[in-house]
Amino acid sequence: MDLGINVVEMVIYLVGIIAFAAGNAAYLVWVERKGAAHIQRRTGPKEVGPFGLLQPLADGAKLMSKQIIFPDGVDKPLFMLAPLLAMVPAIMIFVTIPFSETLVARDINIGLLMIFAFASVNILALLIGGWASRNKYAVISAARAVSQNVAYEIPMLVITITIVLITGSMNLREIVASQAGPFWHWNILPTNGNFLGPITFIMFFICSLAETNRAPFDLGEAESELIAGFHTEYSSMGFGLFFMGEYANIVIGAALTTILFLGGWYSPFPETIPYLGTAGAWWFLVKMYLLIWTVVLIRWTYPRVTLWSLLNLSWKILIPFSLLNLLASAGLVKFLG
Amino acid sequence: MNLSISPDVVPILREGIFLGMVIVTVFGALLATLAKRMTRAVLGLIVCFLGIAGIYYFLNSPFVALMQILIYVGAVAITICFAIMLAEPDEMKMAAKTPGLAGPFAVLLGGAVTWVLASTAMHAQWMTPAVKINEGSVQQVGASLLTMYSMVFELVSIVLLLAILGSLVVARAGRDKAEC
Repeated sequence: MDLGINVVEMVIYLVGIIAFAAGNAAYLVWVERKGAAHIQRRTGPKEVGPFGLLQPLADGAKLMSKQIIFPDGVDKPLFMLAPLLAMVPAIMIFVTIPFSETLVARDINIGLLMIFAFASVNILALLIGGWASRNKYAVISAARAVSQNVAYEIPMLVITITIVLITGSMNLREIVASQAGPFWHWNILPTNGNFLGPITFIMFFICSLAETNRAPFDLGEAESELIAGFHTEYSSMGFGLFFMGEYANIVIGAALTTILFLGGWYSPFPETIPYLGTAGAWWFLVKMYLLIWTVVLIRWTYPRVTLWSLLNLSWKILIPFSLLNLLASAGLVKFLG
Repeated sequence: MNLSISPDVVPILREGIFLGMVIVTVFGALLATLAKRMTRAVLGLIVCFLGIAGIYYFLNSPFVALMQILIYVGAVAITICFAIMLAEPDEMKMAAKTPGLAGPFAVLLGGAVTWVLASTAMHAQWMTPAVKINEGSVQQVGASLLTMYSMVFELVSIVLLLAILGSLVVARAGRDKAEC
């Protein structure tokens, strides 16, 4: 009996996904440090390798060779579990992300639902990590991170429902396929038939910044108030895994935005143009990394918001507007589509 | 190279996966009831939910499995965690001593529930397992929400609306104008 599982393919995808997640996490740290340095008129890492390109490897070796310290009074099993919970759901999510028409580990019908299901597990890592540390800063940070994530999950899901309404599918590959063709077919642009596209995109992007705990919404680890937030007490790879989980989540957020709004692996140019017009995983990666670079730029140019304005933005602006947007899009689909 | 799983291993694998899920579920449930610290008990509950989600997935219902994770792990468990953090900062506190009759009574009640469930399960007419119960396409879910289950759908939305209004009222009460 063929189970539809090819063991060799499965192993290759498994190794590939873990390598992709970890490699991205390592090198995005380098990108972020370099970006931050140039924005602040510094040079950034430059000693290890050309342009400091080997810095992530050195950092990794350093983190792995350090001792894991358990402060007095920590809840040891939970303390050990939290970093794993930060990384594992992120890797699970990569399973369903289609990088191109054929390059997807598991093409399941409800891929979008799977992404949100496992992304919600990620909050648990912050909560458990902060709580198990028995450190007041960590506990405050965990409480903040959870109230933030819960608040932004609502508009994010409502916006996603809007996209599902327009494309009529929760299969990520089909969502991309519905935007096939040059860039004026993408969901982000009003030329796609739905003139609310740009508003939907901006709201989604704000929500994805907040959901990944990135500046200006990084209240969970506001270093000027809470030391390092929920991972204050973590050393060695415990901290390393939290860090990698954060970058893996940024990659997922950017990949999801690419899939939902930027036409996934399709080329922005008409197919008649040679080379540039061909669709493929490279277009997906180009769009994804441009979004990630935007996220890095935003982090180093905008100041952190206060908790109240953060929650007000979600509950008083994003939620009502995303609901209105959903209604309006439903009307457009009904009467124009 | 195409290395597929040989046919004689399949039933063993199937049984193994199912047993694994059951063990995870029972382990989570035991952790939830036996743990002395509340946070660990919640963690047990989460493990139990994940085990149940695994069983749903095993029974060809990925939609229900993912909903189980999204709603129970992602929302309910986190709300419980939050409630514990707000209500009981000193988590080292042991559970209060229970009166003497509680143990036998619990055994009796648990036994009764198990007996009823088991006898129902043994005598029920089971349908032949479907290959694909619910593939969870948007059209299917939408149609069943607005036709067969429209009553439940409306009732749930009323309950949720009341919950939101209630929490707004509660949150509003202890707040003065200067804070807003």
